[in-house]
Amino acid sequence: MPPLLRLILWRLGTSLIVLIGVSMLIFAIARVIPGDPARIALGANATAEQVEALRARLNLDEPIVVQYGIFLRDLARGDLGVSLYTNRPVTADIAQFLPATMELIVVAGLMMVLIGLPLGALAARYRNSWVDSTIRVISLLGVSAPSFVWAVILMLLFAYFLPIFPIAGRISEAMAVPRVTGFMLIDTLLAGRFDAFRNAAAHLALPAFALALSGIGQAARLTRANMIETYDKPYIEMAQSYGFSERKIARSYAFRPSLIPSLTIIGLDFAAMLGNAFLVEAVFAWPGLSRYGVEVILRKDLNGIVGTVLVISALFLIVNMIIDILLAYINPRIRHSTRPS
Amino acid sequence: MTDAPTLLLRDLRLAFRGYTGVTEVLHGISLHIRAGERVALVGESGSGKSVTARIVLGLLQDQRGARITGQVRVEGRDLAAMSRRARVALRGRRMSMIFQDPTSALNPVYRIGTQFTEVLRRADPAITERAARARAAALLDEVAIHDPARVLDAYAFQLSGGMNQRVMIAMALANNPALLIADEPGTALDVTVQAQTLGLMRRMVADHGAAVLFISHNLGVVREFADRVYVIYKGRIVEHGPTAALFDTPRHAYTRALMAAVPRITGGGIPDLPERDDAFAAPMELHPGVAEPEAT
Amino acid sequence: MKRTLVILLRNPLSAFGVLLVATVVLSALLADVIVPFPEHRGAVVDFANFNQPPSAQHPMGTDLVGRDLFSRIVYAYRISLLLGVVVLAIAVPIGVTVGLVAGYLGGRVEYVLMRLTDVFLSIPPLVLAMSIMGVLEPTLINGMLAVTAMWWPWYARLVYNLTRAEREEGYVLAAEVLGAGRVWVMFREILPNCVPSIVTKMTLDLGFVILIASSLSFLGLGVQPPTPDLGSMVADGATYLPDSWWLTVFPGLAILLAVFGFNLVGDALREILGADQ
Repeated sequence: MPPLLRLILWRLGTSLIVLIGVSMLIFAIARVIPGDPARIALGANATAEQVEALRARLNLDEPIVVQYGIFLRDLARGDLGVSLYTNRPVTADIAQFLPATMELIVVAGLMMVLIGLPLGALAARYRNSWVDSTIRVISLLGVSAPSFVWAVILMLLFAYFLPIFPIAGRISEAMAVPRVTGFMLIDTLLAGRFDAFRNAAAHLALPAFALALSGIGQAARLTRANMIETYDKPYIEMAQSYGFSERKIARSYAFRPSLIPSLTIIGLDFAAMLGNAFLVEAVFAWPGLSRYGVEVILRKDLNGIVGTVLVISALFLIVNMIIDILLAYINPRIRHSTRPS
Repeated sequence: MTDAPTLLLRDLRLAFRGYTGVTEVLHGISLHIRAGERVALVGESGSGKSVTARIVLGLLQDQRGARITGQVRVEGRDLAAMSRRARVALRGRRMSMIFQDPTSALNPVYRIGTQFTEVLRRADPAITERAARARAAALLDEVAIHDPARVLDAYAFQLSGGMNQRVMIAMALANNPALLIADEPGTALDVTVQAQTLGLMRRMVADHGAAVLFISHNLGVVREFADRVYVIYKGRIVEHGPTAALFDTPRHAYTRALMAAVPRITGGGIPDLPERDDAFAAPMELHPGVAEPEAT
Repeated sequence: MKRTLVILLRNPLSAFGVLLVATVVLSALLADVIVPFPEHRGAVVDFANFNQPPSAQHPMGTDLVGRDLFSRIVYAYRISLLLGVVVLAIAVPIGVTVGLVAGYLGGRVEYVLMRLTDVFLSIPPLVLAMSIMGVLEPTLINGMLAVTAMWWPWYARLVYNLTRAEREEGYVLAAEVLGAGRVWVMFREILPNCVPSIVTKMTLDLGFVILIASSLSFLGLGVQPPTPDLGSMVADGATYLPDSWWLTVFPGLAILLAVFGFNLVGDALREILGADQ
């Protein structure tokens, strides 16, 4: 079996184990709710029979192990149960709200990589100079405030005082296009409406940047540290001894090996973004999974909570798997080793 | 200046500016190497031999906090009088270096062949991929690597240390440099491999007509390889002479101490040298028949 | 220790960080003395002065029921710091023990413990804390519990990696050869060598716990009113942007400066102690 395929299979296996662990954990958390979830869902006016019926429908009277078994059986059929909050299948709710959140996160992730890595490389190349100090302060500031603070500050500066960007939402109402993928940037392009695309992009800019800021800071700091470490490696001196240009050394000799540890952390930052999206969506009234997530949590909607957390964790595991495979591709040592590390 | 030495150092001083003030590391080194000559610079770690090599290559000149005075002439040209660009242009063409640990000195994310092509492009920027590969294969064949195709397609971590060492020697001599600096070559390798490497290097520099600055702490190795020897101690040259003379009648107390330590040297350093001896600070000893060239 | 402090203060940036941290900690400790309206930390209402912009009397303005924002921010620092200290005091020993045991013993123990850690790490931190807070009553104690649950795995991962590296070191082998027990080797040989990294991470994390806790309360899942909390202040004020900007800007900046201070100090410590993560 080729090493890369083996690595992929191995990663798939571990991810699956972890995902089952996550489902157990979140299932357990959701089932220790004090009070009767059925009663909370139906409200104080419901009759005892109604509550009993709902309890039966949710299998709440079974032992928790049996409940978990039923949950797994349904999950295998792609059924996450019915949300007590919307009265719709949780899968349908997630399918409706997830694309908006994904769009936000993907753009923020791109910003993180495209701004953070070059900033870090720049700081390392001019280390201990004013360039380095400036970048250090910027990146530390970036990670030092929760994304809702950045969201509020950015909104105040660039939507109110300097009205460059729209204040809230995903797209102006007049520009609405039919939903195909749920990704506004893609749907507007599918509809052939470039004006709507620009409009959607403008709506996306501030929330995505607010979400990306701490990731940009992390990525820059990490890339700087890794590149400085790489600069001390003998192969850099070897490259210098052959008189290769500084730019060539920075770009192909120092940056690429440094990318390897940076990418790993980017995976973890992505996890943080999945959570922070909740904060940014709240500030910019972004109709994503966050409002749904907060609602189901506040309403103690069992199926909603389990479904939302599970989908977010699965997303995170998938992203990390992609990053691992990417790493293996960049790092010949992994690609050519006989066993996965 | 046709008979200018390949390398000439005159009263080379190096100091680092740090938090605690200025620390002088080299206190006036003078040495020279003529075309095709093999000269060793011997001393324990921390004596200043490696920084000397880096100054010759021009790697320390751009470092903030490093203050360098004195002359460095490569083939008669004063490095300090040259532009940065001209200095860089010498590297990889007129001079090159072999590093201590071959495996970590080769870039881990590129194949050997790719790195070889980069090196060949230093001398001939227009060389095609195909021509570079053919030339690299020929050079590898010279260093007794008889399956060049496999090695060129490999990464450094897939090859043995001895193999990487040979690759590095082939790379360093690929553009026929006038000066090859070898910084403790093979110290990281097994003793037998080290011996083979040395034999190979001797043959290769002769074939390519390169002069060698051979940096080592290992007197046994130096005796095998060098025509002349400079002994460096704490940033000063303490003895200079032809190899045979220096080994027959070591004159300086430090040289004698170094030699007394030889049997115990296994490649890891010099363990049993007295920590400090007043006699080590005695002035330099010069053997007959050697001297620094007149100032130019 | 003294040397560390001297180096910290010599660099202007980290000295600024020390200054920020000292200000935050001291103001939290001395809140009762330095604050103009100590009673405003509770459920006080002063409608005569509600929603006032910053003035000489109220340097950061007043909130929607007329309480002095500056006083409430200082008291919020006190609660945030308390939360941070308690969370780390519980999470660090748990995480360190898990990491040491997994890293040193290896084998099946390592597999189980590290997969367990992975489980916690693969739920985005905020989402995990949110879910826990969602099912529990939103009290300070439960908030600490929720944040602790998401925090220990990071220390487990850190110490695990360090232990795996240290396990091969000569001094560990020497201790084993001399017949030292496992517990001794873990806690007396390996652990001391992990301390610089752990201390550095704790300094940084004190800031991040404040950050996460404020995020929770921003979503309404943290400390409940009338207890002053920076996150809920921002959330409450956000609806009144841009006119009553002080309602959000000052609490927001308060979070930013405190966390920035801990980050500056932690960052400098990392360089001084040579702790790599």
